[in-house]
Amino acid sequence: MLTITRELRDHIVAHARRDHPDEACGVLAGPAGSDRPRRFIPMTNAARSPTFYEFDSTEQFRVWREMDDAGEEPVVIYHSHTATEAYPSRTDIGLAAEPRAHYVLVSTRDEDRTEFRSYRIVNGEVTEEPVTILE
Amino acid sequence: MAIEVRIPTILRPYTDGAKQVEGTGSTLDELISDLEQRHGGLRARLIDDGSLRRFVNVYLNDEDVRFLDGLQTKVKDGDTVTVLPAVAGGAG
Repeated sequence: MLTITRELRDHIVAHARRDHPDEACGVLAGPAGSDRPRRFIPMTNAARSPTFYEFDSTEQFRVWREMDDAGEEPVVIYHSHTATEAYPSRTDIGLAAEPRAHYVLVSTRDEDRTEFRSYRIVNGEVTEEPVTILE
Repeated sequence: MAIEVRIPTILRPYTDGAKQVEGTGSTLDELISDLEQRHGGLRARLIDDGSLRRFVNVYLNDEDVRFLDGLQTKVKDGDTVTVLPAVAGGAG
């Protein structure tokens, strides 16, 4: 289960819309072990592609160091699909390397409705989970 | 001579859960070979066909070694090497 505030969810959706048709990506940091996202960290998609995303490696280092110094961890790793459904692709599954994170997928394929779904991806296995929005 | 190596969650099974280990060597390549002595299997997660894996980021202090000399990057006592899996994916 992913528990997330309306505000953080809206930040993710707005980022995805803004970067469409390129994939948007980023992190929600939260206190280590809390499983609660608190801080919105949009990341540069170094691939700048409508079908691929990759965090800039230097930016990732800085963000990961900041989280570590603040006792935080990446609770959510999000990215958008711009022409396909909000479901992890084989690439997403193959590259998922943060076993404790919730992988949020957003789809901006429909301009009137944004799909927002969350998954755990551990050892190559995908499990969708319910999302609880806190108002 | 000790170089501190920070290990990401996904590779901690190779270090008995340790988030930080120590090693020696004068290049990154040597350091990784040294770590392999005590943490078997770690090298293969970092190196494929003689080069650093595409989706594994390795930093010497705060610089991505891809912008230095890759596996030939010189390392020394007091340096910190950090490994982070790249965060990437996409619809394909």
